[in-house]
Amino acid sequence: MIAPHLAAFVQAATGPTQTAAVPATAIGQPNPVAMVFFFLFISITLGITYWAARQTRTAEHFYAAGRTVTAGQNGWALAGDYMSAASFLGIAGLVATTGFDGLIYSTGWLVGWPVVLFLIAEPLRNLGKFTFADVVATRLRQTPVRLAAAVGTLSTVTLYLIAQMVGAGTLIKLMFGLTYESAVIVVGAAMIAYVLFGGMLATTWVQIVKAALLLSGAALLAFMVLLKFHMNPIELFRAAAAQYGDSVLAPGKLVSNPLDTISLGMALMFGTAGLPHILMRFYTVPDARAARKSVFYATGLIGFFYLLTFILGFGAMVLVGPDAIKAIDKGGNMAAPLLAEFLGGTPFLGFIAAVAFATILAVVAGLTLSGAAAISHDLWTSVFRKGKAKDGEELKVARAASLGLGIVAILLGILFKGQNVAFMVGLAFAIAASANFPALVLSIFWRRYTTAGAVASMLTGTIGTLLLIYLSPVIQVDILKEAGAWFSLRNPGIVTIPGSFLVGVVVSLLTRDKLALEAWDASVHDMVVGKVDR
Amino acid sequence: MNSATLHLRRWKIAIVLTTLVAFIYFGFILLIAYHKEIMGRLITPGLSVGILLGALVIVLSWLITWGYVRWANTTYDATLEAIRREGTR
Repeated sequence: MIAPHLAAFVQAATGPTQTAAVPATAIGQPNPVAMVFFFLFISITLGITYWAARQTRTAEHFYAAGRTVTAGQNGWALAGDYMSAASFLGIAGLVATTGFDGLIYSTGWLVGWPVVLFLIAEPLRNLGKFTFADVVATRLRQTPVRLAAAVGTLSTVTLYLIAQMVGAGTLIKLMFGLTYESAVIVVGAAMIAYVLFGGMLATTWVQIVKAALLLSGAALLAFMVLLKFHMNPIELFRAAAAQYGDSVLAPGKLVSNPLDTISLGMALMFGTAGLPHILMRFYTVPDARAARKSVFYATGLIGFFYLLTFILGFGAMVLVGPDAIKAIDKGGNMAAPLLAEFLGGTPFLGFIAAVAFATILAVVAGLTLSGAAAISHDLWTSVFRKGKAKDGEELKVARAASLGLGIVAILLGILFKGQNVAFMVGLAFAIAASANFPALVLSIFWRRYTTAGAVASMLTGTIGTLLLIYLSPVIQVDILKEAGAWFSLRNPGIVTIPGSFLVGVVVSLLTRDKLALEAWDASVHDMVVGKVDR
Repeated sequence: MNSATLHLRRWKIAIVLTTLVAFIYFGFILLIAYHKEIMGRLITPGLSVGILLGALVIVLSWLITWGYVRWANTTYDATLEAIRREGTR
């Protein structure tokens, strides 16, 4: 039903000269090229995992790859950890179907990186060991701070994981023709294998391979688009405006509520600096200088990628057409694969499909590892065993936690089948920005910060965000089908980020933390000079 | 110079640069939210103000991180090295 419509549309859009050459789409049918690339990727990454597993003997190897990752490698791995399928398929689709509006996301996903660099990366690397809670808990009382930080971390990780798993199931079903459940199980099983056996070292290399594949795939696709427009992006945009009107180059319906746009912007900008799986990557490099350089490389790679989404999106709009894209998937997620098929036929479609698959795998592996670190390092070792766990014991708990989280991720992925989970990524960013980011900034830069202030701020951030999302149109109108919602914004960042900072400051000023004050000078020294034992 | 003054100096630079990036990004967002007509204006056929500014936000963010890394790799690291040497004496 879909295919003849698409073929007809593409013929109409590209003019009579190409009529005979345009095939119907092979999306949704088993694609031999995709299978080959997919098995190649799985065998290479499992080979890496086997190699990494033999070197993973201590908790430091498991969580931080023995702190031997170079700045350049970590830059690629950060990019691989961060560029999710939502940004590759989602933004390309959004630009292809709405034009300019999609680009709001392209910029928003990038501006968090300078914030990570200026405020967080270096002090985090010098002060912490495995998790961001290490930094917040440095001067404060371990048990309450670790508990509150684990709540923030696990909420962020769980929401992000659900969004990725449901996305994985849907996309792989669309592209490979597998059933939803088997797609979720395949992704979950591969992810568990990487994390459980290979720890951070395997996860790092999965992310590097993925980032290289994604960037080269996207660059090749953009290059092939530009070949049709004399290598001039403006000529491409002009073609889009000629076919669909100048309005595709201007802000449109997506930004109906200005406050909502600003609120989402705040969550994207400050959320990146609070994402547990991103923060954890800074412990894999040898020192603060390498941490700093790695953010610079990552920002360059990610910025380049988001500039490519301009070309991919408008390329898909002109060459494939919004209606053809929406006919395959209402959300527009198939814009980039359809563009690949149009430009390079079924083999190129297969390659891009395999790249999208690799993209999801790398992100969920990083998420699972950071969740496992919160469970084993923050909750088990620091809270339950009061810091007295033996190294071998922490490693065992970390592996058990990875396996447990992986199984939970598979079950949640199946449970949320068919649900609209797109909002969960925005929600994960909102919690990261409201619970984790203020606690990190205040503990790094404010002498008077107290245990009570930190706990109150992190809990306000997490619970406030979840509560406001529940009361917002996202849940009330879209999911519960109520007529209206008590809280009108779709993303609560504009309320919860300042709110969490305010609670942290006010509660700190109302309480006293003698030990925290006394430890300030030593912790500043550690933040700047680094700890001697590392 | 000791570690406390160096921490303070880095903090000031971090705040200034974070504010700068926030100013650029939220300036872009506010223009989209409240001045759609400016963003839709065409500079040449095919290139609207909005698309140009969107690409500029990405490029400027990257340039500002480059500026910071340059400062940190030279001035900051040299001071840090001096503090370290003094500490070991």
